[in-house]
Amino acid sequence: MNDAVETVRRISGVNPLKCMKCGKCTATCPAYDEMEYHPHQFVDMVANGRLEELMGSKGIYLCLSCFACVERCPRNVKPGALVEAVRLMVIRQQEQNHLKPQEIPALLEESLPQQAITSALRKYRR
Amino acid sequence: MTYSYFPGCTLKTRAKDLDRWGHAAMEALGIELQELPEWQCCGAVYPIARDEIALRLSSVRALATARDLGQPLVTLCSACHHVIKRVNGDMQRDETIRDRANTYLQLDKPYEGEATVLHYLEVLRDAVGFDKLKEKVVKPLTGRKIGAYYGCLLLRPSAEMAFDDPENPTILEDFLRAIGAEPVIYAQRNECCGGYVTLEKRDFAKKRVAAIEDNAAALGAEALVTACPLCMYNLRENGNGMPVYYFTELLAEALGLKEVEA
Repeated sequence: MNDAVETVRRISGVNPLKCMKCGKCTATCPAYDEMEYHPHQFVDMVANGRLEELMGSKGIYLCLSCFACVERCPRNVKPGALVEAVRLMVIRQQEQNHLKPQEIPALLEESLPQQAITSALRKYRR
Repeated sequence: MTYSYFPGCTLKTRAKDLDRWGHAAMEALGIELQELPEWQCCGAVYPIARDEIALRLSSVRALATARDLGQPLVTLCSACHHVIKRVNGDMQRDETIRDRANTYLQLDKPYEGEATVLHYLEVLRDAVGFDKLKEKVVKPLTGRKIGAYYGCLLLRPSAEMAFDDPENPTILEDFLRAIGAEPVIYAQRNECCGGYVTLEKRDFAKKRVAAIEDNAAALGAEALVTACPLCMYNLRENGNGMPVYYFTELLAEALGLKEVEA
């Protein structure tokens, strides 16, 4: 797992050790209550190599990518970039796509914008 | 003045009102938006991971075309603007991304972030001017209390987007004042609507929309405006009925363009 932690740090460009644990990311996150691990915990778990737990969590699909935590972190840690990197560690593995094209037709409705589907495919599969 | 214009997938389909009134209004204001030839999808989401190259390429193609045409590239959809602007920043600042994208694309002239990316609202503010816009208004939206809904993609991360103050933005409020409406300032205007989870967790998206609508309504807003088709869908489909408009619809209304058509 150490190599995997290194990959997460490299592709996210985040050094989780810069975190001073103020909790501002969690306080500002619109999805904090939906995630098993809140953003500040997420950063701490990456720093401590607890990647498997994070990779198995549902929260990695609930981050809204709204960049509130990225904007407001006083230490420029970018928790949202870590969430994205951990999700990539999952979906880049073979057969680990979170969304399959054949699931799309059932999700379509008249007013749904194209970008919703395209974004989901881009975020949830490789 | 002529600008290159990148509409994006959704403005040609589900968000036609954002596109057509945007075009009509700029024409009335003496600015030509020339659709970028053979544009492709912007990529839809900005690839945060630095080693994702392929997902940046379609934005780079659009940017390189705009550079070759020698015109600033104007976007209207918040998501397109976010992706194209950030990818342009990557091409300016990140040597690895720049090298790998150029190695793949083999353009006649490598792209190094030379294009200028502008959001439609920035053109309104800086090229037209809100004072000038106010003079052109024939049907002011007098007495209408409207909450500007910025959402997340236009503002953040502010170091890259450089669009407005990320915590206390004013561009949409200044726009609303220019067309005669009364802007309502509310705390949730720059918090995410939860659009991305509407496919998988609609209940959560509904909670987010309720927080936004309740906050805006409590401060007197009777409607919201947005520049984002995904916010529009989410606010309308998962909300409690507060009217939501694209800002270009209100712009066209104030300029008297909607009546001309009717």
